Amino acid sequence: MATIPQRIIHEYLRHDKKFPHVWCAGCSNGIVLGAIIRTIAEMQLDRDDIVMVSGIGCSSRMPVYIDLNTLHTLHGRAIAYATGVKLYKPYLKVIVVTGDGDCTAIGGNHLIHAARRNIDLTVILINNNIYGMTGGQASPTTPHEAFATTAPYGNIEPDFNVCNLAMGAGASHVARTTAFHTQEMQQQFKDAINHPGFSLVEVISACPVIYGRLNKKGGAPQMMKEMRDNSIPLTAVDKLPPEKVEGKIIRGTLRKEVRAEFSDEYEKLIQRVRAKEGV
Amino acid sequence: MALKKTKPQIEEKPTKEAQESIITELAAKRERKIVLMQGNEAVAYGALDAGVDFFAGYPITPSTEIAEILSVEMPKRNGVFVQMEDEIASICAITGASLTGAKSLTATSGPGFSLMQEGIGYAKITETPCVVVNVQRMGPSTGMPTSPAQGDIMQAKWGSHGDSPAIVLYPESVKESYELTIRAVNLAEKYRTCVILLLDEVIGHMREAVCLPDLANVRVISRIKPNVPPHWYKHYDENQKYLSPLASYGEGYRFHVTGLTHDAHGFPTNKATEAHDMMERLRKKISFNIRDLVQIESHKMEDANIAIFAAGIMSRAAKAAIAMARAEGIKVGLLRPLTIWPFPDDAVRKMLRNVETVIVPELNQGQMIHEIQRLTKDKSDGNVISLQRVNGTLFSPQDILRKIKEVS
Repeated sequence: MATIPQRIIHEYLRHDKKFPHVWCAGCSNGIVLGAIIRTIAEMQLDRDDIVMVSGIGCSSRMPVYIDLNTLHTLHGRAIAYATGVKLYKPYLKVIVVTGDGDCTAIGGNHLIHAARRNIDLTVILINNNIYGMTGGQASPTTPHEAFATTAPYGNIEPDFNVCNLAMGAGASHVARTTAFHTQEMQQQFKDAINHPGFSLVEVISACPVIYGRLNKKGGAPQMMKEMRDNSIPLTAVDKLPPEKVEGKIIRGTLRKEVRAEFSDEYEKLIQRVRAKEGV
Repeated sequence: MALKKTKPQIEEKPTKEAQESIITELAAKRERKIVLMQGNEAVAYGALDAGVDFFAGYPITPSTEIAEILSVEMPKRNGVFVQMEDEIASICAITGASLTGAKSLTATSGPGFSLMQEGIGYAKITETPCVVVNVQRMGPSTGMPTSPAQGDIMQAKWGSHGDSPAIVLYPESVKESYELTIRAVNLAEKYRTCVILLLDEVIGHMREAVCLPDLANVRVISRIKPNVPPHWYKHYDENQKYLSPLASYGEGYRFHVTGLTHDAHGFPTNKATEAHDMMERLRKKISFNIRDLVQIESHKMEDANIAIFAAGIMSRAAKAAIAMARAEGIKVGLLRPLTIWPFPDDAVRKMLRNVETVIVPELNQGQMIHEIQRLTKDKSDGNVISLQRVNGTLFSPQDILRKIKEVS
């Protein structure tokens, strides 16, 4: 069995172009890329119809490695570029790959407005709790009291709950998973891509080289174990006593509702205006 | 046409035919008559006539009418109008749409133009066609939102970080706003870059009688599409004129676009030779095509010994001053750039050789004057005088006439 997924992955990579990749040993980004590829292969999506858009950061380097229509944009602006792509050709599947700093700090405004519009983008937010590309500065998701190169005495700021942020802004499909739970991640990606509206999947990931080292988390295996041991599925939350839920990562589909999608609404507007104008 | 809800079953024809069908469709509907029109309206209709089918923008005085008109007109033509959350999102959305095949445009004013600079640099390095209209208001900062100034002349060229040669057009009237909007879209498509159209606040808001041309007579240029199979496609495959075809997302080419310095395929590179090639292409596609890009108007310059060099609304006051001065026997003329970047060096050198004095009136603390002074190398060149004003008002013809008399 092991050879089959391997082959799928190699079929989708830009082998001759851009390897070796820039990610550190132990980084979760490659696991997420693998899950995206397996999801696309399983769904049998036409590669010509998928546009992968990213911003700036470690996770945002992903598009260069994968053989799709790819757009590596400015820091924080991936969702804004993706909005232009999606609105002009709504039949395209637009996947935004972004990180916690890219999407919730500099790009926070675009995130909340895309969620409000409910435009059909699939945002995969890889949350490693730190700015990795620039060497370990505190991000909006760096936990309270955690260490970063710009929080050398411990982070005094509270952190964002990314999924709550997206739901508060009106996102119609929101889910959380971790880089440890690859099967679950693929299912979440599949649901998000199929969802007709704005969807966000937060993937809790490990940055052992910077975040892990600064916070004495051990190496990549220890951080993966922590994801396994420190997370619980949403379905189990009700069955557990509150003290066992406290401080855990809740995995699962946090919201799934169908409401009017932006490019559909725009299409209806065109038909209404053209009928009225007789053009 | 825009907004493709379903994937086209057959391979899409080049946009030329689609464009022609829009033109014929609309030509039948347009009445040829003289209408009273604002500069901003002229820009909006110019954009539509040039085939713009994607607009993303954010409200800002004094450019807002452009967005308002396009919000009415775009849906009628199957085009996309979207009001974004800010100007940064606007430039990003039009760039994304352009890579998906749209002819795209946004409109803003000084503060929004400042916010867009990073995105303008991105459109330039990725060689993505798009147009940014900047209806200038007085700055810096919030400044005087409804008052004219020409303070963005240098920002239009140097606003984005790094070296990125610019194409910037500057109309002097409502009619010319229409014409140069079409030209801006055409040049963006042809040169695969972000073209900037600078308007003065007064031109944006001034109403003049104009007769828009028959659409059949509007020359529309669309980007060259690749004619090679996808595996041969290079995203930056320059020809002798440093211009390259452009595929769109969804057409099977699966190319990569990045704001990182890239090779000819579009993939990031750290190699000095490839970085050099990319930067040279960006530079040469402007500097090797300067004759195609530069447009100037020469007004009563044949026998002039005093020249006025002015752009936009200031040329209108200058023309009136010239008429008054000539009535008194002073030989004065006007040289007016319609393209301010790339700067019309050759025309200015010729002017400097032939006149004794050049007056440069501008509504800023001296921006274009530096370009004239740069070209004043020879002692025999004319004397260059700067006339500056930044207080939210214009120079009147009398102000310019007074200066002409002073130097004559």
